[in-house]
Amino acid sequence: MLGEIREKVHSAFRLTREDALKLFRTDDIFTLGELAAFSASTHNGDRAYYVRNIHVNPTNICVNRCRFCAFSRSRGEKGAFELTIEQIIKNIEEAMPVSEAHIVGGLHPDWPFEHYLKMLSAIRNEFPELHIKAFTATEVDYMRRISGKGLKEVLWRLKEHGLGSMPGGGAEIFNNAVREKLCPEKLGSEGWLEVTEAAHASGIRTNATMLYGHLESYEDRVDHLLKLRELQDRTFGFQAFIPLSYHPMNTDIGGEGASGIEDLKTIAVSRLMLDNFPHIKAYWVMLGEKISQLALLFGADDLDGTVIDEKITYSAGGVSRRGITEEELVNLIRASGRKPVKRDSFYEPARKWRVKA
Amino acid sequence: MRPERISKTAALGLFKEAGLLKLGRMADEARSALHPEGVVTFVVDRNINYTNICINRCRFCAFYRDADDPEGYVLSKRELFNKIKETVALGGTQILMQGGLNPALDINYYLDLLRSIKKKFRINVHGFSPPEISYIARKADLTVREALAILREAGLDSIPGGGAEILSDRVRKKMSPNKISSSGWLKVMRDAHTLGMRTTATMMFGGKEKPGDIVEHLDAIRTLQDMTGGFTAFIPWSFQPGNTEYQGMAPATAVEYLRVLALSRVYLDNVPNVQASWVTQGLKMAQIALRFGANDMGSTMIEENVVRAAGVSHSVTMDEMIKSIKGAGFMASQRDTYYNIIKRL
Repeated sequence: MLGEIREKVHSAFRLTREDALKLFRTDDIFTLGELAAFSASTHNGDRAYYVRNIHVNPTNICVNRCRFCAFSRSRGEKGAFELTIEQIIKNIEEAMPVSEAHIVGGLHPDWPFEHYLKMLSAIRNEFPELHIKAFTATEVDYMRRISGKGLKEVLWRLKEHGLGSMPGGGAEIFNNAVREKLCPEKLGSEGWLEVTEAAHASGIRTNATMLYGHLESYEDRVDHLLKLRELQDRTFGFQAFIPLSYHPMNTDIGGEGASGIEDLKTIAVSRLMLDNFPHIKAYWVMLGEKISQLALLFGADDLDGTVIDEKITYSAGGVSRRGITEEELVNLIRASGRKPVKRDSFYEPARKWRVKA
Repeated sequence: MRPERISKTAALGLFKEAGLLKLGRMADEARSALHPEGVVTFVVDRNINYTNICINRCRFCAFYRDADDPEGYVLSKRELFNKIKETVALGGTQILMQGGLNPALDINYYLDLLRSIKKKFRINVHGFSPPEISYIARKADLTVREALAILREAGLDSIPGGGAEILSDRVRKKMSPNKISSSGWLKVMRDAHTLGMRTTATMMFGGKEKPGDIVEHLDAIRTLQDMTGGFTAFIPWSFQPGNTEYQGMAPATAVEYLRVLALSRVYLDNVPNVQASWVTQGLKMAQIALRFGANDMGSTMIEENVVRAAGVSHSVTMDEMIKSIKGAGFMASQRDTYYNIIKRL
């Protein structure tokens, strides 16, 4: 049944929407895995990447109240927090040595655009070697609205103050009918794609995500992948695609979440469809160490990193601990049969590793 | 036509060389040939650990206490009966009774316990793994077979496959020097099967064993099963090093778990059922395990203490169990101890 798709994969032909649906619907997870692993090897050989990083969530106070989010709070609500710039610096200091800070947070009702710029400058001044990957398209769009500036100028000023790249969050699922149910206040899919395209045009590389396992259909997942593939054809600004498995605890949507098999299938179909994405990330914080390790055999080539201090998935009953040691990451990768490569934020081998090898 | 049986050498080669997806495909085919109807079963039961006092002091165990330890306990009959009452109320059909080798308890304790349970409840007593049976027999100066016959008459229905660990005396000497030997474990099972009792078999891997030890273990089970046919199921699970003398050792990863599971399904062509261990792996992994050879989810575990003592705690309701099975693409059924389906869900 997958014979024709196998032919295409092995001759590097682009898969169609129908192919992707067939792959999602197949019961033959073994062939699916083999095809995705083959595709991964053409992109990244036998390498599997990880990074030493820290996640910083400056605030959980958010003007949006997305229904799948267990992290956000309103101002004054119990459990609401905001970190000062000094606290952020201190947290990073304690997490050293890391090569990347991943910074995402709520849309704070009072912080002006300048606050974000100050945050970036302060971090850059304190840690000039640290790569700052910060602010989803949703946050950048919010900065545009609160500052009254154009998108290009917002991006340019962020970059000027130290922004190195952008994470891929806030994409959720592009189908607006589903999106309306999940996160009616959040930046729409057109907006997300617009901000992302502008970031790429400004020389800012980004990731892309997809939240699945809630109310969406296979068609919605495939259309999401196709939109990303089209944009990537124009810009080549995406580095990694990160499918995010929805966690039902502590959210308004409820439901069961995706099965373990569904998690692996989604990784595999993403790898096969996104032929122009260099990397597919199995984000262990969301998938758990076990499923993310298996994902390395289903097309993923990146486990993200040591991740100290992640709060968003944890709030929704995420299965994983809040950090993992470099040794554990390396062990997971080795036991999967891949070669561990410590990377920087642009997937270059970290300098220390390069000297050793 | 019965497919040709895989040899030890071929199994070792597969285990060392074959990719996970290849092994998985073989196991999935073997599973679906044995269980073509696509039903995944589970049992509703409770683990009752009647005592945690144990003279064996296995180095991989986080559960045992010494006799003079303030945390040592023996459950009273009242506590035990309450636990059974709750189990029955929750639709449970079986209790899994296991405990330490407690020098203060003799065979009369066990006989009295079994008789009084059977007098009060209609429930299957799946109890006393081979190390316990062997210890009870030795203390009573009986042969294993004699002890089994007496316990059975008092109400013991079937025997859990615990204590097999790895059936390699070299590894056992390292990790559990005081526990019965491989041949001792196999003898208890053989005697039980000969008396007409059904048992399960387990394997704990991810400790100090080598690939060859895993294949030897599987071969010992397959060989005995050829003779007796008494094993209902095989249950591989991975060593949980937390709170044990091996704390800090890296536990077997997901890939290793699935490789062992798949190899077990391929090798044990005469054991009808293979269990996924959601207790050690979590439900999402157990779902994946259903495509790597497993056809049974074990128990809902109304109570579980031993793995929890090692710092690994997963819990599941009957509803979650059913949803997980269906979410993995199978039909769900509640079964009894002997793998008869009692309720399609």
